[in-house]
Amino acid sequence: MGNREFKVVGKSVKKIDALSLAIGEAKYTADINLPNMLHIAFLYSPYPHAEIVEIDTKEAEKTPGVVLVLTYKDVPNTLHTTAGQGYPEPSPYDTRILDKRVRYVGDRVAIIAAETKEIAEEAKKKIKVKYRELPYNIDPEKAKESERIPPEGAYHLLPTIYEPEKNIAAGITLSVGDVEKGFSESDKVFEDRFEIHYANHAALEPHAALAFYDERGRLNIVSTTQVPFHARRITSRVLGIPVKDIRVIKPRIGGGFGGKQEVFLEQVVGLVTYKTKRPSKVVLSRKEVFISTRTRHPMITWYKAGVKKDTKEIHALRLKALMNAGAYGPHALTVMANAGSKVLPLFNKIKHLQFEGFSVYTNLPVGGAYRGYGATQGYFGFNVMLDMIAEELGIDVLEFFKKGHIKKGETSPIFEKLGEGKEGVSQIIRSCALSECIEKGSKAIKWHEKRRKKIRKGDKVRGVGAAILMQGSGIPKIDMGAAYMKMNEDGSFNLHIGATDLGTGSDTILAQIAAEEIGTSIDKIIVYSSDTDFTPFDVGAYASSTTYISGGAVLKCARKIKEEILKVAANMLNVPQDALFIEDGTVYTKDRTQRVTFSDIALYSLYSKDQHQIQSVASNIGLESPPPFMAQFAEVEVDIKTGRIDVVKFVSAVDCGQPINPALVEGQVEGATVNGIGYALWEEYVFDKKGRMLNPSFWDYKVPSIMDIPEMEVIICKTYEPTGPHGAKSVAEIGINGPVPAISNAVYDAIGVRLKKSPFTPERVLNAIKEQGLKL
Amino acid sequence: MKGIFIINSEKKELEFEPHKRLLDVLRENGYTEVKEGCREGECGACVVLLDGRPVNSCQVLAASVMEREITTSKGIGSLHNPHPIQEAFAEAGAVQCGFCTPGMVVSTYALLSENPTPDDEDIKYALSGNICRCTGYVKIIKAVKLASKKVKENGK
Repeated sequence: MGNREFKVVGKSVKKIDALSLAIGEAKYTADINLPNMLHIAFLYSPYPHAEIVEIDTKEAEKTPGVVLVLTYKDVPNTLHTTAGQGYPEPSPYDTRILDKRVRYVGDRVAIIAAETKEIAEEAKKKIKVKYRELPYNIDPEKAKESERIPPEGAYHLLPTIYEPEKNIAAGITLSVGDVEKGFSESDKVFEDRFEIHYANHAALEPHAALAFYDERGRLNIVSTTQVPFHARRITSRVLGIPVKDIRVIKPRIGGGFGGKQEVFLEQVVGLVTYKTKRPSKVVLSRKEVFISTRTRHPMITWYKAGVKKDTKEIHALRLKALMNAGAYGPHALTVMANAGSKVLPLFNKIKHLQFEGFSVYTNLPVGGAYRGYGATQGYFGFNVMLDMIAEELGIDVLEFFKKGHIKKGETSPIFEKLGEGKEGVSQIIRSCALSECIEKGSKAIKWHEKRRKKIRKGDKVRGVGAAILMQGSGIPKIDMGAAYMKMNEDGSFNLHIGATDLGTGSDTILAQIAAEEIGTSIDKIIVYSSDTDFTPFDVGAYASSTTYISGGAVLKCARKIKEEILKVAANMLNVPQDALFIEDGTVYTKDRTQRVTFSDIALYSLYSKDQHQIQSVASNIGLESPPPFMAQFAEVEVDIKTGRIDVVKFVSAVDCGQPINPALVEGQVEGATVNGIGYALWEEYVFDKKGRMLNPSFWDYKVPSIMDIPEMEVIICKTYEPTGPHGAKSVAEIGINGPVPAISNAVYDAIGVRLKKSPFTPERVLNAIKEQGLKL
Repeated sequence: MKGIFIINSEKKELEFEPHKRLLDVLRENGYTEVKEGCREGECGACVVLLDGRPVNSCQVLAASVMEREITTSKGIGSLHNPHPIQEAFAEAGAVQCGFCTPGMVVSTYALLSENPTPDDEDIKYALSGNICRCTGYVKIIKAVKLASKKVKENGK
């Protein structure tokens, strides 16, 4: 099974929408304009924490062209979460469309709809607001003692730690063994604090949404969403409009990375269209994307590890995590939990483990889902800690990695103890090539020639560092995707999936999975996705789930339609079904004496005898969440005079099971890696003392350009995951987790200075050099 | 006000407000292949050719370029007659979300017009004003090289 010959899977076929996108034919939300459409602008809070005492919209309403101005007095006040997660959401219900209280600079105060965007933007300046400023806090370590941030009545649907009066958005503690005993039995105990920072997804397409009534009076919403079905459910609840009266469509989408897993525009355009009976559209500016959408959650982690000298193993490990949720709590529980659940199982032989995580509210921008989802935050300290321990033990960290990491056939108690904000699902690792990834990656970076060499040219010193990682493939026993297929008279197939292609290429990958299973070519599969009226349910694109979960549904669906095809062919040829096989869109008898093409079969079934539509439908939930694995290696050059770090070369070796489309696998890894390098070195929210972001533009918030990329290499270490479609696991997120620790470890290798607070700007590097001293 | 623009080799008389940017005038008249990513001249999603030279259309006052030639990605190739650059981007895996791609294609067209066989450094310099958040740029460099090969073969 593992060495099966594939015809469509495993090939780097061209993305089915690539040419249309390259020309500019494909439509994104902002490209759609409707007659009589209103344009929406938002008024935002200039204060980190304040109560609206008075709000006067009369002047704004009088402005010619203004049609509607909404304040907290005019909108449904339903508490909800904007986290576009499954139901019940593991995020607190602490948000309203508009509220009397504003909780961060960038919180919404009013919604203005006008004939043009310019009029709406002008009119918002005429809204007079009297605020009463409230005590605010931007330091997560002081959150528990600070003025309450979440509204009265905020609540959590799940039985979890939620203490809004103390600004605690979520909390988890769990133990395996007895960690204190473990530390006392250890020969050496390591303890350190790591701090990782705010960042923006910076998808090139800003968030947008459009609403209109169709000819039957149903509310249609087109949106830049990763989660059309969750968007429909949440919009329905918040606006009190039945699900049956709402249709959500995702057109092409210009990158998501988690930032479009939030439902915060659909209810606004829905409400404006509901109130005005006119189409309405909102397209955020780049500045609005920075200040008012979602971010990567910053996190402080404290790692404590007890090591035994005889076994050279970690005997006890404690991870304490303090996550800054920002002013509201979307994903506050689950991102924090993932810092433990996606990290701790990697070193599965540690006897005594403890995880303690808290998420707290502050008066800062709101965190959300972001590629890596807590694993990025957790893996920073983890990999730096492993580097420190290996050095102390006098062994090569790569040997330490190889000995310690989880292997095929093994498990970790964490899988069962820690899931998405509740217990997890126990699982055995059925595929793992992490040791091979370490081996091949180290050769590509020339580890043994460069490590500990501190090659110096003038003020510039080179070093290499590594990190190992795992992620998951969907949320087990929660995430579901479904697929529908029907056969057309030329032997082509319509494949309808709820799954959401964000630019990742999932429409293509799912077509490959179907074509492979049916025995036809990919050009015969016509994909239609992400439309709540015309495609079956899918949770959407998050948690590295589409290939594994939705792909599993497509595989099942394809198997079923194949059965139907064979049934009709058996009737046509008057032979038993098991005497038949399919090859390249044709059904043959096993002796190859008789055959019928897919087109013959479809024509027959539609027009000739026992007429029916050859079709199938299937759903799939992940019973497990097989982790992809990765080893990442950075070679850096550190300028000891200026503190500037240049990444010279970056290698990522990945086990994602059977790659469905190797070019798209590489694309996911390369994109995630460069995003991770940008995050490690430059990308950062800079705040003033009131929590106002000072750099909300691409001029001042630096995402990597083509000039900034190092020499890059991606190595695919193929395995076969028996629970995955055609052996596949996920790959989308994992590559963003390694650059921060790998670069930190490489800098230590170069100059003997540990970087424990990101991003590693020249200023921070120079400060670290000053504090710790160069070791050249 | 009204003004004449030569867009993708077609003479167009367009009505627009005098303060409008070229980006807005183009998008409002259906040229939505020109994307808005930042409106501050940083991301390159709105790059078009102005008399053959790449410009960020968000930084150009429409009134200042009347009577001049503007070329968008769709002026370079179409779905039924794609340009080798567009084919190369698709084939090389350089298109993920595609939001940056029309701008990338236009910048690449300008590069190859001046330098038909660019090396890595030439490519990086020419595309330094086009941000892509999805690909990590590796396959974009590959695409430009493939495009250079295709253009030579096709003689386009």
